[in-house]
Amino acid sequence: MVTALKAGDQSAVAQLYDRYSSVVYAVALRVLGDTGAAEDVLQEVFLQLWRNPAAFDAARGTLGSWLAVIARHRAIDFLRKRKPETDLEDVIVSVSPDLAREADRSRAAEKVRGVIGAMPPPQRSALEMAYFEGLSHSEIAGKTGEPLGTIKTRIRTGLMTLRKAFQT
Amino acid sequence: MSTHEQFADDLALYAVDALTGEDRAAMETHLAGCSACRVELEQLRGDGALLALSTLGPKPPQRARQRLLDAVAKEPRVPASVAQTETRRSWWGVLGWAATAAAIVFAASLWKENAALKQTLASANAQAMQSARELEDIRRIAAPIIEPEAQVVTVVALKAQPQPGGKAFYLRSRGSLVFLATNMPPLPPNKAYELWLIPKQGAAIAAGVFKPDANGRGTVINPPLPPGAEAKTFAITVENEAGSPVPTSPVVMIGAGE
Repeated sequence: MVTALKAGDQSAVAQLYDRYSSVVYAVALRVLGDTGAAEDVLQEVFLQLWRNPAAFDAARGTLGSWLAVIARHRAIDFLRKRKPETDLEDVIVSVSPDLAREADRSRAAEKVRGVIGAMPPPQRSALEMAYFEGLSHSEIAGKTGEPLGTIKTRIRTGLMTLRKAFQT
Repeated sequence: MSTHEQFADDLALYAVDALTGEDRAAMETHLAGCSACRVELEQLRGDGALLALSTLGPKPPQRARQRLLDAVAKEPRVPASVAQTETRRSWWGVLGWAATAAAIVFAASLWKENAALKQTLASANAQAMQSARELEDIRRIAAPIIEPEAQVVTVVALKAQPQPGGKAFYLRSRGSLVFLATNMPPLPPNKAYELWLIPKQGAAIAAGVFKPDANGRGTVINPPLPPGAEAKTFAITVENEAGSPVPTSPVVMIGAGE
């Protein structure tokens, strides 16, 4: 499908949109909390893919994960009203589960939600503030009143917990 | 984990863009020289991607799909060859089109450079700034050609017939060449004009063939050239339309460099 996109096949955009728009939109909406802005991010992410499909390297990750990460980057840029800070080609994402199919994604998402739900609330909160609100570690420390070192460890431990859940 | 333990926490923060200020700069410096941490960074970003993939929400509105497809339809992918697209008739048109072609050639060169530059972050920053300065220079220099409001006047002797002429724009450092010819006499079937790069030393180097159109115009865009070839001048001969590795007929036009 990405090959067709690279060849300039416009129908490939429609097919990729049908497959991945829900996850891109969900991420953008989670970050922005505004349907209009999330729709703009959705549009931009797929237009960027159309304009520069070579930015996605299939050898280094799955398209669904890559689009989700790009959506998150763009949504946070939008949230902070700043110009895009990340070059698309710089975003390399190594994700082990193959999440090309909707059913696989649903199962993986359910598993992730289970892992997050089982985290201690302060750890979950620090991770989500960094990931979905685009807050820096010092901003999170300021908000929660906890030491910087604690925030750092919580975020790292949270990511490691997610990794382990998919390694078993 | 193969990453450096002392960087582990900061690397996780960096992966979710939560590291700022001096800590971020220090991490980028470390990453530029540490492949193990770069691999771990990819992993951590993948772990973060699981968070993104876990989000739930409503489907996007139906109109969003059509909006995207309409936008895509307005941006058809440009085919690799741009040699057949020029249809305007004046020098102005030729120059405008050639400037676009030269910009594409130049942008492609920059892109290649950038891909290589990503090997080291530190040198990439310096060289990207250099590329930006070069691009700005090119834009400034090319402004009289590119800007629509620029006035273009060809001056000839009174009552003179238009004479054949050509301009070669050669960027040796990038091996990029754009050649524009005007008022070229028509050729017999199976014949074409061949452009030659005449080096300071050694034999002439074939630099592309072209056939003039009905208005006597012809172009050569970025022919394959040996890297770093230094041009003393350019010349044109008439050859078979497939081109010849060496000139086989007298020179019909020659330049002296400008």
